Amino acid sequence: MSFTHLKALEYESIHIIREVASEFQNPVMLYSIGKDSAVMLHLARKAFYPSRLPFPLMHIDTSWKFREMIEFRDKMAKDYELDLIVHTNESGLAHNVNPFTHGSSLYTQIMKTDALKEALTAHKFDAAFGGARRDEEKSRAKERIFSFRTANHGWDPKNQRPELWNLFNTRIKPGESIRVFPLSNWTEQDIWQYIMLEKIPIVPLYFAKERPVVERDGTLIMVDDDRLPLKDNEVPQMKLVRFRTLGCYPLTGAIESPATTLEAIFEEMLVARTSERQGRMIDHDDSASMEKKKREGYF
Amino acid sequence: MTDIATGNISAADGRRLSQSEDKRDILHFLTCGSVDDGKSTLIGRLLYDSKTIFEDQMSALEAVSRKHGTTGEDIDLALLLDGLQAEQEQGITIDVAYRFFATDKRKFVVADTPGHEQYTRNMATGASNCDLAVILIDARKGVLTQTRRHSFINSLLGVRHVVLAINKMDLVDYSQATFDGILSDYQALAESFDFDSIMAIPISARFGDNVVVQSNNMAWYQGPSLMSYLETIDVAKADRALPFRFPVQWVNRPNLNFRGFSGTVASGHARVGDELVVAKSGKTSRIKSIVTMDGDLEELEAGQAVTLTLEDEIDISRGDMLSASKQRPCVTDQISAHLIWMDNARLLVGRPYLVKMGTQQVQATVTALKHKLDVNDFSSRTAGKALEMNEIGLCNLSFAEPLAMDAYEENRNTGSFILIDRFSNQTVAAGLVRFGLRRADNIHWQSVDVDKFARSKALGQRPRLLWFTGLSGSGKSTIANLVEKLLHQEGKHTYLLDGDNVRHGLNRDLGFTDIDRVENIRRVGEVSKLMVDAGLIVLSAFISPYRAERQLAREMLEEGEFVEIFVDTPLEICEARDVKGLYAKARSGAIKNFTGIDAPYEAPLDPDIHLKTDEISAEEAAAKIVAYLMETAG
Repeated sequence: MSFTHLKALEYESIHIIREVASEFQNPVMLYSIGKDSAVMLHLARKAFYPSRLPFPLMHIDTSWKFREMIEFRDKMAKDYELDLIVHTNESGLAHNVNPFTHGSSLYTQIMKTDALKEALTAHKFDAAFGGARRDEEKSRAKERIFSFRTANHGWDPKNQRPELWNLFNTRIKPGESIRVFPLSNWTEQDIWQYIMLEKIPIVPLYFAKERPVVERDGTLIMVDDDRLPLKDNEVPQMKLVRFRTLGCYPLTGAIESPATTLEAIFEEMLVARTSERQGRMIDHDDSASMEKKKREGYF
Repeated sequence: MTDIATGNISAADGRRLSQSEDKRDILHFLTCGSVDDGKSTLIGRLLYDSKTIFEDQMSALEAVSRKHGTTGEDIDLALLLDGLQAEQEQGITIDVAYRFFATDKRKFVVADTPGHEQYTRNMATGASNCDLAVILIDARKGVLTQTRRHSFINSLLGVRHVVLAINKMDLVDYSQATFDGILSDYQALAESFDFDSIMAIPISARFGDNVVVQSNNMAWYQGPSLMSYLETIDVAKADRALPFRFPVQWVNRPNLNFRGFSGTVASGHARVGDELVVAKSGKTSRIKSIVTMDGDLEELEAGQAVTLTLEDEIDISRGDMLSASKQRPCVTDQISAHLIWMDNARLLVGRPYLVKMGTQQVQATVTALKHKLDVNDFSSRTAGKALEMNEIGLCNLSFAEPLAMDAYEENRNTGSFILIDRFSNQTVAAGLVRFGLRRADNIHWQSVDVDKFARSKALGQRPRLLWFTGLSGSGKSTIANLVEKLLHQEGKHTYLLDGDNVRHGLNRDLGFTDIDRVENIRRVGEVSKLMVDAGLIVLSAFISPYRAERQLAREMLEEGEFVEIFVDTPLEICEARDVKGLYAKARSGAIKNFTGIDAPYEAPLDPDIHLKTDEISAEEAAAKIVAYLMETAG
């Protein structure tokens, strides 16, 4: 091969994305607005150029995403003429389910996992792209690129199909579905390098800026709006921070950093000593929490 | 040596890597060996020493080590890899896991495959995308049966480079004689295989000797450490030098003015203006443009995902393969291939499956199992009628339509396929094409002037196959006999096939095992098909317990000719009737594999006619069938 690892990864992902568009009746791309989604969307545009994307994007909006994420999402949809579906768990919203009174675990279950399952069922999607990577977390390392889900969206690690060469078995029965991970073989480094090389737009929250934060259990939480209940001794302070990963703002830790450019972010990452998921509070429960969530239908 | 050995990628390297001059490529390799050989420890060591493990993962690892570890106070690097909860508790890796690490020379993807249970299935899966295999050997044990097995599977799957990592050198006093002995044993073994390179490295995964840094304990070894060897070995495949192959994945049609064919180049290279042929149709055209979102290209090569446009408007769709017109692939519907069986349900010769080969997907049948290969002693061949999970067989396959392909030995991308079970949808086998058995166009049926249409017109009836399925004693033959009488009275030409007139003659050689049942029904289907072709209304009354075989019979005929009639009588009633005394014998164990007792019956999901014999009489059932035939005679 005379091309670089990034080109090799790009070609592999494009192949996967095209395979899904060809073999499924009704695929959808889950769009979380983060850097991995940005890369996945970019690859999908490359896969079908000069055609438009032959499937919609879907964002599961928990109503607690950073405001800048929502702005960015809507701008992307407009600029790239995307067919964007936004889904929120309405009954959760009506019951004001939030990370504070319900706890992060139940909140995630209702506003993310349940909302996702609800949307997949309602739209009868038979394949859903996700931006997960195998290097993120141990239980992901064994995940297939085409991950089979039962009619209840459950994942059974013992009942997954072997994947050989680049031949993907796309056969399913009515109601069943496949989650597809075109970025399986990318690492965090690859993602950042590719964003730099391809000049892919990302949410400004990834870059350092003075932002109002409070410190909770050693994590810096950004006060993105007035819904964050402040404890008595908590006073938001302006700090130069950025985010390595994006999600619901009350559950996403910021890091103190002066990195305002992609180059600076990349250099910081090369010397970083903690993995990116550390900023995500849902992974800390116990070492097998991701596996449990996936069995229940989490992405 | 890189500075990875002593620390992180430096800031200067970081700046360089962040720029477009990063030309690092990816090496995909797999590790073969069991937990006992220290395989997980070795991968853990590569990740740990290349600083791929982060602090938070490290602290999680320390906690887990205390709970499940096997290395006392030390961190158990093997636990880093065992991702899934159940596996952690069992202490074994039971699947293929993918790991990633990088140095400033190269990026690596490691397929971590287990040495224990289901080794063949998992190792073949891992090897299918790898260019190099690290085969672990415990220095205390030397070349074992599993070493032979690992080498055989790698060789079969086309992995051409081997690193022999002779581990646990610390436990044999870092002895050169031990190392030399193992290497010479392995070289003798490797003569049976087609490897391009073999590199033996003495290591201690637990203590890190020769893994990343060169060991001070083995001054006699002058070669590179495992990491520096992996960083520098040239595995550049000959893919670019092979004939051009471009399986069309997706027809790109944004508007009336643009018609492109999207896909990934499977092998070879081509440039604008080159002549290509559509393998199956033989139509040719020239490349007009090579389109990407980053601008048009002048040329392209193996691995690239692009969109091609052609000079001429020729009929091309997904599943077609654009190929070099002077070096065409084999187009055939009959092949000889190796199958690696991967499912709990075994291969049954004669049962229809789906084959997925590149972007082509059609129905396939294994027509013969020539012999099985022993993965431990690959030179020995045994005969057999079925392939079980983890067995490898040399088979003949027949496809419903001709497919374009090359031999796996020559081209991994166009010579590989998978088989899918049509009912469970599981991937049941990995296939490697050896060669096409004959050109498909030589075996097309001779078209004859007097055809089925002419014959059925002469007989004044629509030919049919009435397929009665149901448990033994459900009343299939009784109802079939009544139907035949009614049809005969109407002046129709019929023939009744049942166990009595088939089992005693044509199928005298068959018993009641699941393999024989499949073959029994296949033959009945073929005979019925000939009789339908002769214009007759055929009544076939067989238990035919499996959906797959009934479906096979249905697909032999034209749409609407096959009428599936489910004679639905509850087991208790059949058993109470027990006309031939068979249920009593089955219950007593005197008859084995009796449907409903100790062999399964898969009821039709959507029969054309469903007869509940506990609700209607045999006469009513027969009348219902005749009425159905009249209604659909048009």
